[in-house]
Amino acid sequence: MELAIDGGIVGDARRLASAIVDPVETFIGAHSTVAVERAVARLLDVDGTGGDEVPLSNLFLDRLGLERRRSGSAAWLGALVAETGRSPREVAVAVAAGRLPIETADGVPKEAARAALEPHVRHGLERVAARRDERQRLLARLPQGPAPLLYVIVASGNIYEDRTAAVAAAEAGAQIIAVIRSTGQSLLDYVPYGATTEGFGGTYATQENFRIMREALDAVSERLERYVMLTNYASGLCMPEIAAIAALERLDMLLNDSMYGILFRDINMKRTFIDQHFSRMLNAYAGIVINTGEDNYLTTADAVEQAPAVLASQFINEEFAHRAGMPDAQIGLGDAYEIDPDLEDGFLFAVAQAQLARQIFPAAPLKYMPPTKHMTGDIFKGHLIDALFNLTSVMTKQTIHLCGMPTEAIHTPFLGDRALSLENARYVMNTARHFGDEIGFKPDGIVERRAQTVLREAHALLEKIASAGLMNAIEARYFADVSRPPDGGRGAEGVFERAPGYWNPFEEALAPLGSASR
Amino acid sequence: MSGPIKPYGDTLGDGKVQLSFTLPIEWSESADEAARQLVVKMGFSDVAVAEGRRIANGFSFFVVYASTPVAVDVSLIGASSTAHAMSMDEIDALVRERIGRKVRVAGACIGTDAHTVGIDAILNMKGYKGDYGLERYKEFETFNLGSQVSVEQLVRFTKEHAIDAILASQVVTQKGSDIANFTALGELLEAEGLRDGVLLIAGGPRVTNLLATELGYDAGFGRNTVPSDVAAFIAQRLAARVPA
Repeated sequence: MELAIDGGIVGDARRLASAIVDPVETFIGAHSTVAVERAVARLLDVDGTGGDEVPLSNLFLDRLGLERRRSGSAAWLGALVAETGRSPREVAVAVAAGRLPIETADGVPKEAARAALEPHVRHGLERVAARRDERQRLLARLPQGPAPLLYVIVASGNIYEDRTAAVAAAEAGAQIIAVIRSTGQSLLDYVPYGATTEGFGGTYATQENFRIMREALDAVSERLERYVMLTNYASGLCMPEIAAIAALERLDMLLNDSMYGILFRDINMKRTFIDQHFSRMLNAYAGIVINTGEDNYLTTADAVEQAPAVLASQFINEEFAHRAGMPDAQIGLGDAYEIDPDLEDGFLFAVAQAQLARQIFPAAPLKYMPPTKHMTGDIFKGHLIDALFNLTSVMTKQTIHLCGMPTEAIHTPFLGDRALSLENARYVMNTARHFGDEIGFKPDGIVERRAQTVLREAHALLEKIASAGLMNAIEARYFADVSRPPDGGRGAEGVFERAPGYWNPFEEALAPLGSASR
Repeated sequence: MSGPIKPYGDTLGDGKVQLSFTLPIEWSESADEAARQLVVKMGFSDVAVAEGRRIANGFSFFVVYASTPVAVDVSLIGASSTAHAMSMDEIDALVRERIGRKVRVAGACIGTDAHTVGIDAILNMKGYKGDYGLERYKEFETFNLGSQVSVEQLVRFTKEHAIDAILASQVVTQKGSDIANFTALGELLEAEGLRDGVLLIAGGPRVTNLLATELGYDAGFGRNTVPSDVAAFIAQRLAARVPA
């Protein structure tokens, strides 16, 4: 089934997205953030904590101070490695403990610093590449089964309980497991350390928690003879650091949006733009599929009204991802089935939007989110709404399918809720597997007209954004009806201008990927 | 209906209920029997395990029908209605006539809760289910402080902006975090001597008026609340405080 849509408008929407992103990319290239520099340190194996459980990457950045950090953390780690002959982690520990004055690094020739760090940079890149290649081998040996890939969340707060739930969900048919983060983690300006058993509404994202979950899912993948994917959140104030540790622990997907944090978490927009760029460079290299957050426009406002904003945001997210070197196959653009169940022909509107995204982004592993806003305590009706969501997903060939829970409005899912939800999805998707290939849309019918309207309005919105400029547009409430000023929001103090001679060896190594994919 | 009542299947007084649950055991016929005995121990009779099956390694799921021997007397339950339904225009008129100035309302998701869907539905201009949000009311001045607002921030804001009504929202209820946050807010308002000067209102999908009043709040609004329910409550309570 194909919708008749105007390819000329689609092409022009992409041109507008490029014009919107251009000036932001120029800004990004001249700046960095504390989170980017901490991610660089982590890729150089600056891992662990110092006094008071503060991560070593944070302690090192603090010791650098406001002026030195403008040259990039790698420049100083390199200088200290050159001066002492020790590893980046060892020098960071010594600096954090106050045993090695940061001034030791002053005056070390730049070439010496670069040369001393070079083997450590190579080692960091090799660690990431090894995990990426390992995933490729596992996927070849243990095929994960057909899309839509069934994705469920675990969110107990305790990583060991999450592990039990994740293994049970995989056995019940889940192909992707997401560990929801503790509420509030997005606003922490550090990544917590170690295995954690206390969280609210979710479980802290830590490198050790990633490792524990990956290990359990690898074991169940072998047993089920199909690879079960793991996903978490590269969002909030530690976006690039999460991307770095996810790459090292072989996560397969990450929630990552170029604007979500700005709009829905009041994180400073400059911080977010800079952070998402480096995060996505790492994701691209690590083979991690990103999931963007357009579904959030629909949970906070009317789905029919916001449909053009979803499409416009998909164009912008795609463009930002391309600029960071991501191929289409790693760009999981988001949408959601949030249509009002009382609306006549609401199902047709949802199909129109999902099919429109499928045709405009044919190579993207689209992420389809379940109904949440209109779910109530009536689990029986909720199960029915989820069934229509499942049908929409399979007929429009969505790729990443976040299973809706009948108890969505009641509690974080019980083990039995997940099993019922997976059973619903498996039934509908099996019984209607090739439905979409067998039918066509009535020319100029309700679905086709709706898709054309959404595309036209998304194009008009992109035109408005392009003429205002993205940062001004966000301030002027073009997205999600919230206003965020360019210098407001959380984490603004962590943004700084790059000094002449700024050095980020990973950006340097991965940048050619970006230019090649464009 | 007055007098004792029971759940209704197809005959008055049959007490029929449906239950579904998961047991942490492999499925077998003895697992079905375990489920049946469990429901008998809950006090039910005529227990029928309609469905029992394996849902994961070491976990089984059951659907059970049974009859309960117990009943409740509806006439002994007090009403907990919070306000009479009023339209936006009626509410604005009430504020104009009885209070004579704009009512100042501050709303926030308190603690670490980042789920603003509920508070946004009540406050945002657009509202919910075709019922306009408080921002749209002519006689309300509304401050939506957003997500993850600490109790201290909210109390400071209340003091600095002479707030008449606080809407505290909690969606996440894991490990009682909602109760802890609601309680902390009430206590801090007391400690600052502000409690009597404001209407303190709790909201969230798991909140009930009963729960909120037990926590010392003026009211609680849960599922199916529309903005005019909250607006009417605020207007009526504040109007009642004005000497006639």
